[in-house]
Amino acid sequence: MTPASEPATVTSLPIGSDADLAWVRHQVRQFAAELGFGLVQQTKIVTAASELARNTLVHGGGGQAQIHPLHHGPARGLRLLFTDTGPGIRDVELAMTDGYTTGGGLGLGLSGAKRLVDELSVETEPGQGTVVTVVAWVTRAPAVRPGLG
Amino acid sequence: MHVPERAAADSAARELAAFLESRREQIAQRWADAPLFRTVFTVSRDEAVEACKAVVDALSEVASSGRLESVGAPGFGPVREQLGHMAASRSRSGFTPGQIADEAAGLRAVAVELLHGEAQGPPEREAPDVLLALTVLMGTLRLVLMETAVSAGEELIARQQLQLLEVATPVISLWDGIIGVPLIGTLDSARSQVVMESLLQAIVEQRARYAILDITGVPTVDSLVAQHLMKTVAAARLMGAECIVSGIRPAIAQTIVHLGIDLSSVLTRSSLADALAYALARQGIEVFRRADGASPR
Ligand SMILES: Nc1ncnc2c1ncn2[C@@H]1O[C@H](COP(=O)(O)OP(=O)(O)OP(=O)(O)O)[C@@H](O)[C@H]1O
Ligand SMILES: [Mg+2]
Repeated sequence: MTPASEPATVTSLPIGSDADLAWVRHQVRQFAAELGFGLVQQTKIVTAASELARNTLVHGGGGQAQIHPLHHGPARGLRLLFTDTGPGIRDVELAMTDGYTTGGGLGLGLSGAKRLVDELSVETEPGQGTVVTVVAWVTRAPAVRPGLG
Repeated sequence: MHVPERAAADSAARELAAFLESRREQIAQRWADAPLFRTVFTVSRDEAVEACKAVVDALSEVASSGRLESVGAPGFGPVREQLGHMAASRSRSGFTPGQIADEAAGLRAVAVELLHGEAQGPPEREAPDVLLALTVLMGTLRLVLMETAVSAGEELIARQQLQLLEVATPVISLWDGIIGVPLIGTLDSARSQVVMESLLQAIVEQRARYAILDITGVPTVDSLVAQHLMKTVAAARLMGAECIVSGIRPAIAQTIVHLGIDLSSVLTRSSLADALAYALARQGIEVFRRADGASPR
């Protein structure tokens, strides 16, 4: 990835309670709206953030979220990092499978979030913690792609 | 700190303790008229005076232990609860922790005045030290009060959140046997528990056959919210009521599909009006405009 052309400020938010999750969603929505994300895109990235922040809270035992606004030439985007020092994920591929859960959820958080953003990556070490990074770009004038839903 | 300085500080603290003990009654009588005590202990003036005495006793205990600057000094222990009560009462009256601390600062002047009165005649050499010790001690009292005021504020917020939980989930009767729950805001676990309880209770009380959950006011539907909705629908079904979820906005519908959530077990309608029309139709009731267009008498 090319380096950001503008030094963008990073916002860090704690994730320690349900109220913190609400604040993370609120902040992500705010940034997304300011960067020019449309309503559907805003809803998608906020929902992805909600899933990942809740994983940080529930599975990672709490941590923090970072919001990086991205400016690449005319392109605008958001990079979000969800960091915890919890148990880590032993098998990332399995965790990314639809319906896989160790906690009685629907098991759609990670896999679903991946479908809601442009990029999702997981860095994890058993016993050390987990960092999930997502990137979403503002799409200009929603392209009508024939043949695709 | 030099050893002689420490010795001087210790003796000043001891002297302060002695002063507080001997002037306990006068200080208490005058503090009882200060708003911080007068407006909190309203049963009688004696009640306020007793409360003041307890604080003076705590201060002299802290002074004799020499821990003038320590917010955690054990001497404050016996009055912590009382100070918390005072702070909570003031913050309920709309005072900020800062304003409460200012009121506490006002108590210092009274004590200083009495201390000056003490030093009449030939000015004693230690007097400035004792004055300094008193100032430090009153500053510490102020911090203790501020600390309790802040935690009282947190308690207030928690209480308000709880109230909000209950206030924000009304169950409204839409028609005979049809109830509606307009959900507004974040549907976290605590909130959806309240929703589920009030919904099930209303189903029983109103013998409802249909319950409409309107989520127009829910900004985010993620997998947990969806799960809560599905559980609520399943519980209502067990009670013999059919649930209809309405108000799913286009952006939320797309997001739910991408997330991979299967809501096919849940009956949905795009608007509350559609959901109501559906429930009415199922009861054999049809709503239509009169052919002559006239309004009913
Ligand atoms: N930050 C994390 N730390 C440790 N384990 C995690 C973390 N995030 C996810 N996992 C693991 O990956 C599994 C799948 O996560 P995913 O979010 O997809 O499902 P879930 O959280 O179990 O359920 P839900 O559908 O409600 O999100 C989790 O059950 C958990 O075992
Ligand atoms: Mg999850």
